[in-house]
Amino acid sequence: MLDCGLVKSKCRKKFLKSKYIYTGVRALLYQSIVQNYHDFVVERNLDLCINCRVCERQCSYLVHYWDENRQRVMHDSSKCVGCHRCEALCPTGAIVIKRNPSQFRENSHWKPWFLKNVYKQAEQGGVLLSGMGNPQPYPIYWDHLLLDASQVTNPSIDPLREPMELRTYLGSKPDALEFVERDNKVNLKTKLSPQIKLNYPIMFSAMSYGSINFNLHIAMAKAATELGIVYNTGEGGLHPDLYKYGPNTIIQVASGRFGVHKDYLNAGCGIEIKIGQGAKPGIGGHLPGEKVDAGVSLTRMIPIGSDALSPAPHHDIYSIEDLRQLIYALKEATEYRVPVSVKIAAVHNAAAIASGIVRAGADIVAIDGFRGGTGAAPTMIRDNVGIPAELALAAIDQRLRDEGVRNKASIVIAGGIRCSADVVKAIALGADAVYIGSAVLVAVGCTMCQRCYTGKCPWGIATNVPALARRQNPEIAKRKLVNLVRSWGHEIEEMLGGMGLNSIESLRGNREKLRAVGLSEIELDILKIKPAGR
Amino acid sequence: MKRVFINPEFCIGCRLCELACLTEHSQSKDLILAYRDEVASGLLPRNRVEEKGYITASLTCRHCEDPYCVRACISGALQKDPETGRVTYDEDQCVGCWSCLMACPFGSIKRHPIKEKIVKCDLCPDRSVPACVSSCPNQALTFEEK
Repeated sequence: MLDCGLVKSKCRKKFLKSKYIYTGVRALLYQSIVQNYHDFVVERNLDLCINCRVCERQCSYLVHYWDENRQRVMHDSSKCVGCHRCEALCPTGAIVIKRNPSQFRENSHWKPWFLKNVYKQAEQGGVLLSGMGNPQPYPIYWDHLLLDASQVTNPSIDPLREPMELRTYLGSKPDALEFVERDNKVNLKTKLSPQIKLNYPIMFSAMSYGSINFNLHIAMAKAATELGIVYNTGEGGLHPDLYKYGPNTIIQVASGRFGVHKDYLNAGCGIEIKIGQGAKPGIGGHLPGEKVDAGVSLTRMIPIGSDALSPAPHHDIYSIEDLRQLIYALKEATEYRVPVSVKIAAVHNAAAIASGIVRAGADIVAIDGFRGGTGAAPTMIRDNVGIPAELALAAIDQRLRDEGVRNKASIVIAGGIRCSADVVKAIALGADAVYIGSAVLVAVGCTMCQRCYTGKCPWGIATNVPALARRQNPEIAKRKLVNLVRSWGHEIEEMLGGMGLNSIESLRGNREKLRAVGLSEIELDILKIKPAGR
Repeated sequence: MKRVFINPEFCIGCRLCELACLTEHSQSKDLILAYRDEVASGLLPRNRVEEKGYITASLTCRHCEDPYCVRACISGALQKDPETGRVTYDEDQCVGCWSCLMACPFGSIKRHPIKEKIVKCDLCPDRSVPACVSSCPNQALTFEEK
């Protein structure tokens, strides 16, 4: 569609009469033809649109605009990232965001995804970037696992009538307990390692201050405090205003060491050494300078506007022995008051690496599967590196059991936990608790448009632009997070009750409660699960 | 009394409050008809979103303790209701002298675009919570006693 307004009045009339306008007229001129192979189209129902310009004010990608000549709101679909913010706030429901129906000739090998990527790179010569986790159609093992329930021979439990225990302690557990009896009292003789107490087996995973903004950090901190769980600072340090939420904070030490100092290390209830991240195993973080404002600069201890680049490896860790040194350096720095966690991405030899991590003295092993999200990752890495969290979890739990060191460390699983059933399945596969990250963002509005790296998040999440960040009111965000975890908690209780269990502890590593459908023998062997019907 | 308060820190400048106000005070109570047709015949939102850079704030009548507009009103159209605390406006009594407009320190009173009358917030007497507050997607507007 050419710029009808300028061409012929007849054409223009037809244009104005058409109910749906697929492409904004601005789109075609002055831009590369590649941009016309855009992913989404904005459908504006002109019967409903009142030109109130709410969409224009909400779109940070400048898709909607006021056309002075036409005295009407118009749009340029080529800029649309599919975040649905305009659709969500349109007061008359006039906007629908759809997949661009324009189709290339069918080709099972050269799918449009690959064509568009090649066009983009040929044009710009850069590395393709993405946000969030691996979206490709690899198998999702959660969806192949089914839970058991009690029938006749073992009674199920009604969690509304009977107590149900979801409390979880993360940290190293002793091999055996010794007691001393004195004056008819029994006391524990064994000295226990420091533990993190969780009211739900769920934690908010590491999302740094910088990648997401302060409003969400304060929301996570308050929600974690109210729920009696913990959130993770991510690698961006801890803002001075958030130190008071320390008892519900795991502080992270990553390869960039941003914001790491003595007070920071001692601020939380646990320390996590981040070796890798599920979305981008093998590479470090990259916070674009545009996201580094005064607050981020203060917290990360870097100049305003400078890129925050984390090295791919920790340059002081080239072996398990080096890792042990850092673990104990951190334990010394905190006088052995808090457990130390080591987070790795789920990769091919995860089980052997986890075994090494436990032997190096870690109290918690966190594994991030390839569905785990990120604020920015090279698309090829995000989509092609790492393995599913489910398989890594099963392999690691089994390996640690076989080696008799499972009690030395808790296992936390992250990367693509979408619902409470995923949590239950993860715990039955051997996890002590789960991290949720993407679910947290979705709870506060994220629609997974995967454009976090632009820093222009229209939902006010992955952005530090003041005009956008204020779209997250911390009070609303906190309430949503509390609601989410509470509702998952209720569902977990229901599922446990159905299986005849009254404690999450009885489910941990209890693979007898799982059956699989549609998996090969090898997959069943890795998961150590029987097929359904067996 | 409960008043409408704005927290500019969380006002996102979407102006949905203006649309809600417009609809609430329209005859059709239908946003599309109100915006398209009734605006042409003089319908105005009672509130206004002020903008400076990215700072935005939805402002409306403060329903003051001792309102200057009521003192300035020569016809008795503006009254401070002693029971509810609201500053009420009786259009029939208004003579369109605009004294209240001059007196209001907040600029919260607007001229009616067609009639020799004014337009001003009535805190939505038919609703438990004013329309602007209910429509705010970020809870930047609150209706509370302070």
